[in-house]
Amino acid sequence: MTVTPHAVRLGARRGWTEFLLSLRSTQDQSFYLFMGVGTLAYLWFNRDNEVSGASLTLSYPTVALPSILGALVAFGVIIGPAFALAMEREDGTLLRHKALPHGMEGYVTGQLVYHSLSLLPLLLVVLVPSALLFDVMPSGAGGWVTVAWVLTLGLLATLPIGMVLGSVVPNVQKVSTWGMTPVLLLTAVSGIFVPVQALWGWLQAVAQVFPVYWLGLGMRSAFLPDSAAALELGGSWRTGQVAVVLTVWAVAGLLVTPVVLRRMTRRQSGSQVAAARDTAGQWVR
Amino acid sequence: MTRSVSEQPVVRVRGLRMSYGSHDVLTGVDLDVHAGEVICLLGPNGAGKTTTIEVLEGFRLPSAGDVRVLGTEPSRADDAWRARVGIVLQSWRDHPRWTPRRLLTQLGGYYRPYATPGHPRPYDVDWLLDTVGLTDDADRKIATLSGGRRRRLDVAVGIVGRPELLFLDEPTAGFDPQARRDFHDLVHRLSDLEGTSILLTTHDLGEAERLADRILVLAGGRIVADGSAEALNRQVAATSEVRWTRHGERFVHATEEPTPFVRRLFEQYGDDVADLEVRRAGLEDTYIAMVARHEAGVRPQLEEIR
Repeated sequence: MTVTPHAVRLGARRGWTEFLLSLRSTQDQSFYLFMGVGTLAYLWFNRDNEVSGASLTLSYPTVALPSILGALVAFGVIIGPAFALAMEREDGTLLRHKALPHGMEGYVTGQLVYHSLSLLPLLLVVLVPSALLFDVMPSGAGGWVTVAWVLTLGLLATLPIGMVLGSVVPNVQKVSTWGMTPVLLLTAVSGIFVPVQALWGWLQAVAQVFPVYWLGLGMRSAFLPDSAAALELGGSWRTGQVAVVLTVWAVAGLLVTPVVLRRMTRRQSGSQVAAARDTAGQWVR
Repeated sequence: MTRSVSEQPVVRVRGLRMSYGSHDVLTGVDLDVHAGEVICLLGPNGAGKTTTIEVLEGFRLPSAGDVRVLGTEPSRADDAWRARVGIVLQSWRDHPRWTPRRLLTQLGGYYRPYATPGHPRPYDVDWLLDTVGLTDDADRKIATLSGGRRRRLDVAVGIVGRPELLFLDEPTAGFDPQARRDFHDLVHRLSDLEGTSILLTTHDLGEAERLADRILVLAGGRIVADGSAEALNRQVAATSEVRWTRHGERFVHATEEPTPFVRRLFEQYGDDVADLEVRRAGLEDTYIAMVARHEAGVRPQLEEIR
């Protein structure tokens, strides 16, 4: 895959078109609505709970919302591309691009653009009503800046995981088992719903290897008052570490993903697509 | 100069072999496609037609053999080569939310850097939509197109880059007779006006007879016949069927020499012979005979070669 600006431009346009088409699709609208309503309902039922530390007491929604936003980003850009890649491998989208000059670069660019853009409505449907209902907002201009860089780095750190997952799963049906389950488990131990301190020490260590925990931590540092850092591991936002861990994941992704994609692309052929179609229709084996 | 270039085949395959484990799909395929030719690849299911085409498209690595497509080995070909080749495969279900116009515009865009003054690419989208008969459906969601219309779109995507060589894997499967006729017209137009070389697989022998300059029959992992429909029919010293009625009674007789038979028939019964019909074996009979003959004799023939 040699990258040409022309193919990247076409890919960006492709991603934008996919995004617009997705906004118009009732299937995707209901997904956004479901995520928004689900998150709000969860926070609403826990609105009277309180999280207290050494010197302060915060309402549960205030603490949970930034973490949930972080988790939604990670979840969205891991599961989204994983499903999309596995599906488009089977329906022939990928093969179409393989048959085009520089098509794969355009395709991958399109995926990156589309899944990044898809986060916007997801964040909006969660953030705007929560801000009105629970009065949760990033603290000041500095908070917004933190949100921006944490989200960008978090996106770069997690999106490649989704691309790799989508490339290695044998078929769409396996995305749920191979993809969803690990990501859900990871989210569960990453201090999104339950503070990471409440877990066993070895689980805390596992959680801190993966980017989801750091994404949540970075988001909390943007939304919560500085004094809330006392509630975190080590009593600090560890801002430098957030940046380093997310960057390491992003760089690793940048190195690994093209190799995995190329390997997957090489195996693509018409008979593989035809076989996938037959397999998909055959539920009982 | 131009002569020697055009004499070089567009596709040249020698000794192509393909095995999956111990199972040999192709056991030594030789074939040529010359510039501007329309070639139909026929063969029973599982004979390796799709495998052959996929090797030529560069989507599959052959186990052995020398394969040249547009002068290059497909598995090592670059993007400039891709731009000169068009591909229509079986079973696409992609881009359900897009419209034909949007998809053709997007995919056609990739060919633009490969346009030359003498060979502009891609085709104008409106012209292309009209050519494949999709103008009325140009702005409908692809998911709502019927199977035949989808297939027209697949063909349009395959040729949007104005390819010099076009591969079609069972392009008319699921077409109604009108769509099939339209598709045949399109193939003739591409071949006559644009000089596109076309290699297609089909199960429809009538289609092969109508479209192909040359028919190749793939059986037992090799090309067992190569020639025009008429030439193939002649090869299988075809028997003819003579039907007639006499006093309302029907008769059928199969013979390899219909003329003497019919002469004797008249000598014997004169004007009593009515509803006389002499039918030469068609391509279908020839094809069935060839495949059957070959499948019976695959092993011995292979050993002969060794």
